[in-house]
Amino acid sequence: MEDIIKKRIKQVIKGDQEAFGEIVDIYKNSVYQLCYRMLGNRHEAEDIAQEAFIRAYTNIHTFNQELKFSTWLFRIATNLCIDRIRKKKPDHYLDAEVAGTEGLTLYSQLPSETPLPETELETLELQDAVHKEILKLPEKYRSAIILKYMEGLSLNEISEILGLPIGTVKTRIHRGREALRQQLRYV
Amino acid sequence: MCPDHIIELMHEYLDEEIDLDKEQILKEHLQNCKECETIFYELKKTIIFVKSISQMQTPPDFTANVLARLPKEKKKIWMKRWLKKHPLLSAASLFFILMMGSLVSAWNQDREFSVSKQKNLVVKNDTVIVPKGQVVKGDVIVRNGTLKIEGEVQGNVTVINGEKYLASAGHVTGEIDEINEVFDWIWYYMKHTAKEAVDILNH
Repeated sequence: MEDIIKKRIKQVIKGDQEAFGEIVDIYKNSVYQLCYRMLGNRHEAEDIAQEAFIRAYTNIHTFNQELKFSTWLFRIATNLCIDRIRKKKPDHYLDAEVAGTEGLTLYSQLPSETPLPETELETLELQDAVHKEILKLPEKYRSAIILKYMEGLSLNEISEILGLPIGTVKTRIHRGREALRQQLRYV
Repeated sequence: MCPDHIIELMHEYLDEEIDLDKEQILKEHLQNCKECETIFYELKKTIIFVKSISQMQTPPDFTANVLARLPKEKKKIWMKRWLKKHPLLSAASLFFILMMGSLVSAWNQDREFSVSKQKNLVVKNDTVIVPKGQVVKGDVIVRNGTLKIEGEVQGNVTVINGEKYLASAGHVTGEIDEINEVFDWIWYYMKHTAKEAVDILNH
């Protein structure tokens, strides 16, 4: 697999767009998923995912071929999502960091007094509930949780994608897990 | 209230980074502490929930839309790929190009005046005359010259890259062909080559 991708990248560097199409086909679902879970909106997710691939294409000569292509691609996509979230941030108060908590917001301190109703046990509604709870996470935790549990990446890869030390990545995953647990415990 | 370090151990466990000693401590604690057991169960459940919604498909035209938004591809690459994809067509077009090349060069080389050799033909500079009252038997071919027919030709007349004057008294029993353009000439050349090939086969 990695060999095929290396070969395709060499062709892309020479300007072959069809080879790039194959790369898009291989990664499109994971990149789209990352964007959708980060942004919460299919239309925006498609737009940003496309943008990520276009950036990868136009900057392919800056990609270090010794490294894993997916890591580089996810990094581009994650950064684009975070930029987009920051540009459109609607209300600040619930998203604002609580002093001295490294990214902990008021969301994570809201007690889940209202357990989600039983009808939500239906698969679709459960999926919807999980999706919404992920979206409520502060973006720092959200990206770590998505990369870890939806993209199935190792802590090492996540630390490379986010450009953070492994320790920080772990902390974010722990906090994200804890916040989700509190919201989803009664589901 | 349970000690924080037990929660810490749960996370280590979930990260699959716990060592055996610590795992033992965690297990023992969980057996004796309902509260921690619940938390641990909820954490694992949360992970399963998150993983369970992780299958997503892009809209159908995704790849095509990305490719459409890319800057224009270089011509050279496009050509290369086309040749690779259509080996038969590229062989045919290569043959065609070579064929055209040889034809054009043959056309260019053929600038010299020449005329088929027959009795009774009179040649003056670049002009060939079939004199009045004379009969020329066989096909007459004139290249890069003028042909004046005042007498009779019993056969075909072909004038390549030149002019032909047929006097009122002149007479040609066969076909008259005048070839001035490259394409006319190619057509003639191909007919001629084919005819020769057929002749060779017949003999």
